Amino acid sequence: MSDILIVTEHRRGEIRPVSYELIGCGADLASKTGGDLHVAVISGEVDEMAAAFNRDGVDVIHTVADGDEFNHDIYRQAIAHLVEDVDPRFVITPQSVNGMDYAPAVATDMGVPLVTDAVGISLDGEQLTVTREMYGSKVETTVAVAGERAVITIRAGEWPPIESGGSAEIEVVDIDIDESAIGSTVTGFAEMAAGDVDISEADILVSIGRGIDEEENLDIVHELANTLGATVSASRPIVDAGWLPKNRQVGQSGKTVSPDVYIAIGISGAVQHVAGMKGAKTIIAINNDSNAPIFDIADYGIVDDLFDVVPALTEALA
Amino acid sequence: MKVLVTVKEVATVEDTFEIEGTAIPERYLEYDLNEWDDYAIEEAVQLAEAHDDVEVVSVTIGPPRVEETIRIALAKGVDRAIRIWDDELADYQLLDVPAKANILAEVVAQEDPDIVFTGVQADDDAFGATGVALAATSDYQWAAVVNQFELEDDGTVSVHRELEGGIEELTEVQLPAVFTIQTGINEPRYASLRGIRMAQQKEIAEVTLADLGLDIDAIDGALEVTSMAEPETESEVTLFEGDASSTASQLVDLFDDLGVIDA
Repeated sequence: MSDILIVTEHRRGEIRPVSYELIGCGADLASKTGGDLHVAVISGEVDEMAAAFNRDGVDVIHTVADGDEFNHDIYRQAIAHLVEDVDPRFVITPQSVNGMDYAPAVATDMGVPLVTDAVGISLDGEQLTVTREMYGSKVETTVAVAGERAVITIRAGEWPPIESGGSAEIEVVDIDIDESAIGSTVTGFAEMAAGDVDISEADILVSIGRGIDEEENLDIVHELANTLGATVSASRPIVDAGWLPKNRQVGQSGKTVSPDVYIAIGISGAVQHVAGMKGAKTIIAINNDSNAPIFDIADYGIVDDLFDVVPALTEALA
Repeated sequence: MKVLVTVKEVATVEDTFEIEGTAIPERYLEYDLNEWDDYAIEEAVQLAEAHDDVEVVSVTIGPPRVEETIRIALAKGVDRAIRIWDDELADYQLLDVPAKANILAEVVAQEDPDIVFTGVQADDDAFGATGVALAATSDYQWAAVVNQFELEDDGTVSVHRELEGGIEELTEVQLPAVFTIQTGINEPRYASLRGIRMAQQKEIAEVTLADLGLDIDAIDGALEVTSMAEPETESEVTLFEGDASSTASQLVDLFDDLGVIDA
């Protein structure tokens, strides 16, 4: 019972990069428990993906061929089968939208603790400790987990991906999926409307967040963007409120952008937003909260009221 | 049809705060309706408005203080509320996901709702897991991170799940089921004056663990916060200082240096 089981992720024929980070995380833990690292590949082109997951540190790759795309009922049954077979101490999945759709059920089925959105994991003797954020990333907590086993979901981008090849054995797992226990059916996918502009093509983005307060205040941002020849984008709350269309949203559930200059105005810099813009060459932040996480990744910053700075900047540029 | 909505009051932290031990002192905290739950309430109320004979019941775990937040839900159109509290709960610094799911599952067993709406996550502890754990515990179907919801004539539900990168998954779910609701799915209403007045007449049932047939083992979670700190940052930010006209002109110089304007 010292083995680690990680559950990889794919979508529409593509492996999700977090899968390779899971291997890094799992291999590190396996080296501490002295157990083997098992990799689960469930649904889709499992043979092809198993070959890709044959990387350093992986001992066994289990393929379950049932289903094409992610379905949480198939994942739940397949993982229950593998847990029975492998008897893992820790089951690790991504804290992705799909991870959130099955990991809690796996923990419930196993009757073990669940710790989600880990940014660090340590094992000191028998004591598992997980580092995670609370209060909108304002604090980082360490959480001691009682008991021997746990299901842990990890945040993308926190563990280095494993790139080098390995020598894992591949096991084809044949399970009888209980069709009567499948209560949901994936019927397709939809992509967000392309809209009038592709923000991922812009050289300069003027991006606006919750700090703008009211829809009519967006005018000062449009004026700045016009003067600067920039494109307007936004963080999630602005799109949720319907003030800008979804195709303007930067972040995990929106677009990933890498402009020459990204000007974040009234954006706190939640991890989901940063995931979409950290590739910008130069990041400038304007925010009246000096503790806002956006200043951690910004190259230049102004700690001041955006309603003073933005009009002043437009005027200075004119 | 009955709809159960889980409603949480969350603590938000002021911009400037201190940490004492493994907690943030009360003086730096404000309490508010969890943002995701606001959208879950709206989805439930809209469902009740669109169909006949839909009762919307909310359930909250929390001390007497949270009644203020529950009244907001009632003012927005929730028909009646359940508040679960127990002196034993007050002793816990952190209720973990299985503990919350165990408590809520007893409410689901008693109320027998067709649909449960939860928020995707709570703004404070951010586990993002209670809804799905509740579904698994109660033997309900579920869909996580839903940003479009449609009750079909045949009694099934069609949802969109908001995946990463602007992709949505289209899924059909059988009832009874739990749906974890993503922000942006609807436009949460403000409580009207009439709604606030009516909320005063609505019932908030107070329920203890014993009323739910639970003892302390059901909530004795596995997690303990052992340290809390502000995240260490490796910020290399260059801050421009001065009044707005001064910082603006420094930015213009920067734009010039970066070659994005011809000054």
